[in-house]
Amino acid sequence: MTVQPEDARRPGDAFLALRDLRIHFDTDDGLVKSVDGVSLDLAEGRTLGIVGESGSGKSVTSLGIMGLHRSRRARISGEIWLDGEELVGADPDRVRRLRGQKMAMIFQDPLTAMHPLYTVGAQIVEAYLAHHPGGTKREARRRAIEMLDRVGIPQPDRRVDDYPHQFSGGMRQRAMIAMALVNNPQLLIADEPTTALDVTVQAQILDLIRDVQSEFGSAVIIITHDLGVVAELADDILVMYGGRCVERGPATTLFEAPEHPYTWGLLGSMPRLDRPLQERLVPVGGTPPSLINVPSGCAFHPRCPYAELTGGRSAGERPVLAEAAPGHHAACHLPIADRHRIFAEQIAPRL
Amino acid sequence: MTDTQPAAVPSPTPSPERDPQRAPLLKVTDLVRHFPIKGGGVLRRKVGAVRAVDGISFAVHPGETLGVVGESGCGKSTMGRLVTRLDEPTGGTVEFEGRDITHLGAAAMRPLRRDIQIVFQDPYSSLNPRHTVGTIVGAPFKLQKVATEHGVKRAVQDLLELCGLNPEHYNRYPHEFSGGQRQRIGIARALALKPKMIVADEPVSALDVSIQAQVVNLLDDLQRELGLTYLIIAHDLSVVRHVSDRVAVMYLGKIVEVADRDTLYSRPAHPYTTALLSAVPVPDPRRKERRVGAAPGEGGGRILLTGDVPSPINPPSGCRFRTRCWKAQEICAEQEPLLELLSPGQQVACHFPENQQSPENQVTTP
Repeated sequence: MTVQPEDARRPGDAFLALRDLRIHFDTDDGLVKSVDGVSLDLAEGRTLGIVGESGSGKSVTSLGIMGLHRSRRARISGEIWLDGEELVGADPDRVRRLRGQKMAMIFQDPLTAMHPLYTVGAQIVEAYLAHHPGGTKREARRRAIEMLDRVGIPQPDRRVDDYPHQFSGGMRQRAMIAMALVNNPQLLIADEPTTALDVTVQAQILDLIRDVQSEFGSAVIIITHDLGVVAELADDILVMYGGRCVERGPATTLFEAPEHPYTWGLLGSMPRLDRPLQERLVPVGGTPPSLINVPSGCAFHPRCPYAELTGGRSAGERPVLAEAAPGHHAACHLPIADRHRIFAEQIAPRL
Repeated sequence: MTDTQPAAVPSPTPSPERDPQRAPLLKVTDLVRHFPIKGGGVLRRKVGAVRAVDGISFAVHPGETLGVVGESGCGKSTMGRLVTRLDEPTGGTVEFEGRDITHLGAAAMRPLRRDIQIVFQDPYSSLNPRHTVGTIVGAPFKLQKVATEHGVKRAVQDLLELCGLNPEHYNRYPHEFSGGQRQRIGIARALALKPKMIVADEPVSALDVSIQAQVVNLLDDLQRELGLTYLIIAHDLSVVRHVSDRVAVMYLGKIVEVADRDTLYSRPAHPYTTALLSAVPVPDPRRKERRVGAAPGEGGGRILLTGDVPSPINPPSGCRFRTRCWKAQEICAEQEPLLELLSPGQQVACHFPENQQSPENQVTTP
């Protein structure tokens, strides 16, 4: 095993740290750069929201952390530090032992993520026994019932023997959360946990994730395209575009003083119930970039209404994440003063 | 508002609902659709029914947009298929321009198909992957044997341009387009025969946020240019608020509330509407902080409905929402509330409607 000793190489004291993570896929059409240099830090008890459009690399990042890119076509480089342990170079067997134990994942669609031919209870029992080799079946079953009860499944001692199809969508998602939590993971990744659910059920699940986090004190990454959902849960937010992080900051400042034109576009294009009705939405023009031919320079420049203001730099030079305000980073060529002026004059009145 | 486009909302004209001169374009009365459940035996006898749509009535007036919202399984998509006559109603009537089309056969429906078109939810499965865009968008002309002035190709290219697509992409296949572009192709196809009414079933829910706004704006522009009438079915309350003039809320096969958009969103009368509205996540992290400790229904407080929607096979007696309603009393189990006019432009089916004249009648505890 290639377990790193807990030495000075451990970046900071963050529980989870990514350093320049790159996940590329070799396909017949070319190299798909799904994730191209993402760095982040996450402390225990904190929630990080990752936002972006489909194809921006948010799910690939999370699967990379979990070590679920098994395909030989996936090329992973960079560093993933989980509680002082580096995972990219680690033995797959070691990562397998951490998966489900120290880090767990809630998938988007509970109907496809659960096995249709095994009872819900059997699947939770399996997750428990896989990491408790000395445990008995009876003990595991008791634990499964306890977890189902914890996530709010009525009559858990009877429902534990039901099959996934006998559960409703919301209950299946609860059962998935129970399965993820059965070994008290310190890192919980929720990939679009409520996208398949109705609003009233979504509200229940978001409350559940929040409760569970405060009870277990785990670090949570929530991946979603819905800015409303991140605002409900996240302490910090990372906005991804074209496989890279374009903006990162605390939730409140990111919503109130977003720095990147893409974030402005996202906020402007969504109709909001908490604001007076706009006559027209302001969409982000164009279409999301191809990850095989990522636009040169800033990946957002073909869609950016302010690209000309940078004097051609946006097309030629890739912007780096720079601190715009304490703890708030953005990757944009526009000078900070210009950005703030444009936001105050043109964007803020529309939001 | 810093907007260059002419204003569509709020319209100074009186709501079509209160304008008796204008006959409704689409009128639906007591529409019912029950899907039979057959037993397992040889005879396959009917043992029950899924009451997908269970007696709904509404009208859509020319030029307006009626939004229909509800959770999955409430019957909104079935309703859309019934009014476009893709499915046969079990009971009730559907009238289009005053003509009863409830039980017309396929041949009798064909001329009417020009006037009622549908846009489907999933832009990936609603376009034939083996046909070019030209064939897909040109199909309505061929099927209806409509002669076009400058040939079908020209007509299709005009439509593509109208929907914001490049007319040169006439010979491309659906897989060469992104989700948002495909949805535009679906809209172009629906517009081909200059319909009077378009039923759009979740037109933007499969699209990314930034693309959603493009399609919503396109629907808006087309309505203004071509005087279309929309029936938009969606589950996203913020999108529906943006596009609709009036909104109907469905729950378990019934309409529980119909109201003008502004009334519905500012003073929802049905407890279910209130709960739906309060469940929508709002992109404002400060609201989360305010919500802690706030009473439900006021300020940032949220009404959290418990449980799931009951089964439409055995809906609860009386008011169907009573099993999840915090205001439910005995009468709710015994007597079904009827959809009644509460105030001008607002109809609600509830024994104890919310947000009425006395504000102290506000919700106290869920």
